[in-house]
Amino acid sequence: MKGNEAIAHAAIRYGVDGYFGYPITPQSEVLETLEALMPWETTGMTVLQAESEVASINMVYGGAATGKAVMTSSSSPGISLMQEGMSYIAASELPALVINVMRGGPGLGTIHPSQSDYFQATKGGGHGDYHYIVLAPATVQEMADFVGLGFDLAFKYRTPALLLADGIVGQMMEKVVLPPQRPRRTPEQIKEQCPWAATGGSAGRKPNIITSLELDSAQMEKNNERFQRTYRLIEQNEVRYQEYFTDDAEYLLVAFGSIARICLKAIEDARARGIKIGLLRPITLWPYPYEAIARMADRVKGILVVELNAGQMIEDVRLAVEGRVPVRHYGRMGGIVPNPAEILDSFESQFNL
Amino acid sequence: MKKEIVAAGFGGQGVLSMGKILAYAGLMDDLEVTWMPSYGPEQRGGTANVTVVLSDQPISSPVLDTYDTAVILNQQSLDKFESKIKPGGVLIYDPYGIHRKPTRTDITIYPVEAMEASIELKNAKTYNMIILGALLKVNPVVDIESVMRGLKKALPERHHHLLPANREAIMRGMELVKE
Repeated sequence: MKGNEAIAHAAIRYGVDGYFGYPITPQSEVLETLEALMPWETTGMTVLQAESEVASINMVYGGAATGKAVMTSSSSPGISLMQEGMSYIAASELPALVINVMRGGPGLGTIHPSQSDYFQATKGGGHGDYHYIVLAPATVQEMADFVGLGFDLAFKYRTPALLLADGIVGQMMEKVVLPPQRPRRTPEQIKEQCPWAATGGSAGRKPNIITSLELDSAQMEKNNERFQRTYRLIEQNEVRYQEYFTDDAEYLLVAFGSIARICLKAIEDARARGIKIGLLRPITLWPYPYEAIARMADRVKGILVVELNAGQMIEDVRLAVEGRVPVRHYGRMGGIVPNPAEILDSFESQFNL
Repeated sequence: MKKEIVAAGFGGQGVLSMGKILAYAGLMDDLEVTWMPSYGPEQRGGTANVTVVLSDQPISSPVLDTYDTAVILNQQSLDKFESKIKPGGVLIYDPYGIHRKPTRTDITIYPVEAMEASIELKNAKTYNMIILGALLKVNPVVDIESVMRGLKKALPERHHHLLPANREAIMRGMELVKE
């Protein structure tokens, strides 16, 4: 099935309580598949086509405040519209899942694949010091798996998660093994798992108030310090990445999402010609695998970062490498997807091979 | 075993669906598959293409620069993909509407008069299945029964009465391939 369809199936099977979204290419199949599967008749999951992306994210905000597992999905311009709500959700320490199947920008841009929302996803996007846990799927299988992983992490840390995919992995079809069907949590289970949530029935206890507003600066600083402690904990525990052919690599490619797979093919072709290249694929884009890249920097002669943008993740690679080896970039924009040969050509010309 | 196939033509000729049925058939045969479409407005009349990879090993890239087999249904696609077929590879094309014929000599070229055949069969909508039949004759990557099961999965149930017509089209496509 398609990556977008896998997201819809995985959401129902995880026991998600609500999906709120507004159609936009290249991820409209998420909402379409949910509507076709009609989970409100089976698991009781709510699926709603909202009037806009702004409405969707605020429905997610409201649902998350009650401890429900809620999500939305969109593509780049729609995600930009959601940034205010995304900041509020982070500031209110709520678990939620946002999915961005990226298309080329800026502006309305193109419907074709891109990775140009890396900065927005990993460095904020909305206002204030906050982070989403950012997962970058490279396969249709990971599109399905990261729905569950995203929710698990979001609930574990009370920090929203962002699944940062692109038009390639959203639109392509592959074999996928779907997770088993889980029942949605009961109201009692939600109360137990989320004692902070606005679940009603507060007689006999202090009411839970979910807000991002705090006019007392001293308290607001304390809130921020609490957010930062959570972020440090996530950085310690949740860095995920995958290495390919790195054991004997003389050069390293760094790429995320579906582009990592095109790089892998380029590496297979290069190795057939005796050029030893390895690949490091960050799976979490925040927290970022700085240490893994730093370790590789001590062993290789150069690093090429391949992205569908003008050079965004390369900044994190350079932070990790700290100038020890040359770090170059190959990027395509506007919805153009490079093929393995183009990546290899760029690699060879940039490292004079 | 690994087959890297591109199919390209006008939007509406059914290249994406043909690729999808091929991918489903691969799935039924327990192969790893990727199906990577060009998506967007070209589905409604521009040039559309789809890359299908079938392999008994995990597949790295769904995006390729060269192909084992190209299935070409219009001139623009021929111009775009003829040079991207691997030496020793296969080009299958429908000569209908092709005014500049392929010129490569290091690949095997099969002209398949599928448009004419679909008119003879009085079922223009099975055009892409004629093409698929030709592809399977040249490149028996998947079992024909798997294709039929793939078709059954790809078609909504209300269209299942069309399965025999599709089988006939596939068989016709196989006959059209001349050694």
